[in-house]
Amino acid sequence: MMRAWHRPHYIIPQAKWRWLLWACFILYLIVATGSIDLHWSRVLEGFERGWRFVHAFLHPNFTTRWSDIQSGMIESLTMSLTSTFVGILLSIPVGIGAASNISTKSIYALCRFFISISRSMQEVIVAIFLVALFGFGTFAGFLTLTFATIGFLAKLLAEEIEGIHKAPLEAIRATGASWLQTLHYAIMPQIMPRLVGLWLYRFDINFRESAVIGIVGAGGIGATLNTAIERYEYDSAAAVLLLIIAIVFLCEYVSGYLRKWFI
Amino acid sequence: MVHLTSEEELIWQKRMRLKAWLWWFAWLFCISFFMMCWQTMTRDTMWVFIYDAPTQAYDLLDRMFPPRWSYLPTLLKPLWDTLNIATIGTLIGIILAFPIAFLAARTTTPSVLFVRPIALFIIVASRSINSLIWALLLVAILGPGLLAGIIAIAFRSIGFVAKLLYEAIEEVDQTPVEALSATGASTLQVIDYAIVPQILPSFIGISLFRWDINIRESTILGLVGAGGIGLELQASLSILAWPQVILIVLLIFATVIFSEALSAKIRQAIL
Repeated sequence: MMRAWHRPHYIIPQAKWRWLLWACFILYLIVATGSIDLHWSRVLEGFERGWRFVHAFLHPNFTTRWSDIQSGMIESLTMSLTSTFVGILLSIPVGIGAASNISTKSIYALCRFFISISRSMQEVIVAIFLVALFGFGTFAGFLTLTFATIGFLAKLLAEEIEGIHKAPLEAIRATGASWLQTLHYAIMPQIMPRLVGLWLYRFDINFRESAVIGIVGAGGIGATLNTAIERYEYDSAAAVLLLIIAIVFLCEYVSGYLRKWFI
Repeated sequence: MVHLTSEEELIWQKRMRLKAWLWWFAWLFCISFFMMCWQTMTRDTMWVFIYDAPTQAYDLLDRMFPPRWSYLPTLLKPLWDTLNIATIGTLIGIILAFPIAFLAARTTTPSVLFVRPIALFIIVASRSINSLIWALLLVAILGPGLLAGIIAIAFRSIGFVAKLLYEAIEEVDQTPVEALSATGASTLQVIDYAIVPQILPSFIGISLFRWDINIRESTILGLVGAGGIGLELQASLSILAWPQVILIVLLIFATVIFSEALSAKIRQAIL
């Protein structure tokens, strides 16, 4: 006698609840898609333009706007480099303060508060405010990226420090080392390889973000890109996008190489 | 780490002589490079504006508070649109990312030489371009509105979800895969019965994580015309209505925190 075999369902074994959830989900989709006002003629027109963009992507035009692209790229690269550097320097005290195993209670709370503020504020919104305060240009962008970098790196640094092996820490402390010496000889060697990888990763993020905050006036390649798209110069826009992709790709490659070198 | 004998005692050094010099030069190079970049970056900076910033900050805060609470009801529909952009965008994104992840994973790709590089390029391209830039492009192509926002979010999600997913696929335990292949199962059956059950928890985790990020990103897409609450932000900014701006920013803040808590809760319940 043959018996049919059924695989049990992964998450919700009861069929009743499963159907109910599916029903709710489909209902939501119907309601949500209903609120999109689609203009099919506009979409059809979009296909033609989308095709032009794909075409431009295959024939990017680096030459016509090269001086704009070049200055935008230099602004973006210098902005992300300086902000990563300053962000790293400032994230070290904040990160150490936010590690519960080597910091005191009050400093811990303060650092964690700063980190959560920095992480939940979006770069673009921060950039809008900083542009209003410091005027258009790279300086506002630099401050935005630095602010975001501190929160990001300090959180990861704190987690790294909290996750270290206890034994070397106790051994170094037992020799009578000062707090700074403990940090230098027991903690740093354990976290450096990961940390270098994270720093390079943050540079990569900062570069990508620098393209975005340019749209709200904080300098960098984003302004060039915005202008190119607004003028429907898809071939120049494609050139900028390809350069961004190439630089991000290069960053990933170099970071893998450097990390191996550091371990 | 090396011991060097000087005149009478043993001196302990952390590094060898040559290496110490190399480090010193590396630092010198880094710092001079930083100074060079700093010079280039601040060449066009108007320092007057920067000295002036504290006064400006005080002035801005003075104009922002109190927030214009009466403006809140107008924001509910855009907020609902924002949530829809994020949710439908994530959905489309993960549907597209699923096959791409299988094509990119070394263990399941049909061809390491041809298909895998294409899949990896799609992943890198999608990840390198921020959703705001995707939105900028799509608004130019499709016109302003929710649709551009949804597609922007979807395109941005593909790379993120596919990258994490293909790494999960490559780490799958190969024993069930071999066992199923030995029974004569087709590739699709192997994927369905041996791989999917193993990656499902990480897939759900990744999708929820991305949904949470997408809520955050979709709030600002309106700045370039892609619908949602960002449109109101743009409108308020352009008329310098700071009490409205601060209200919108607070609302975005609340939404982001709420979505983070919600996705953490669901992840806990399911996984």
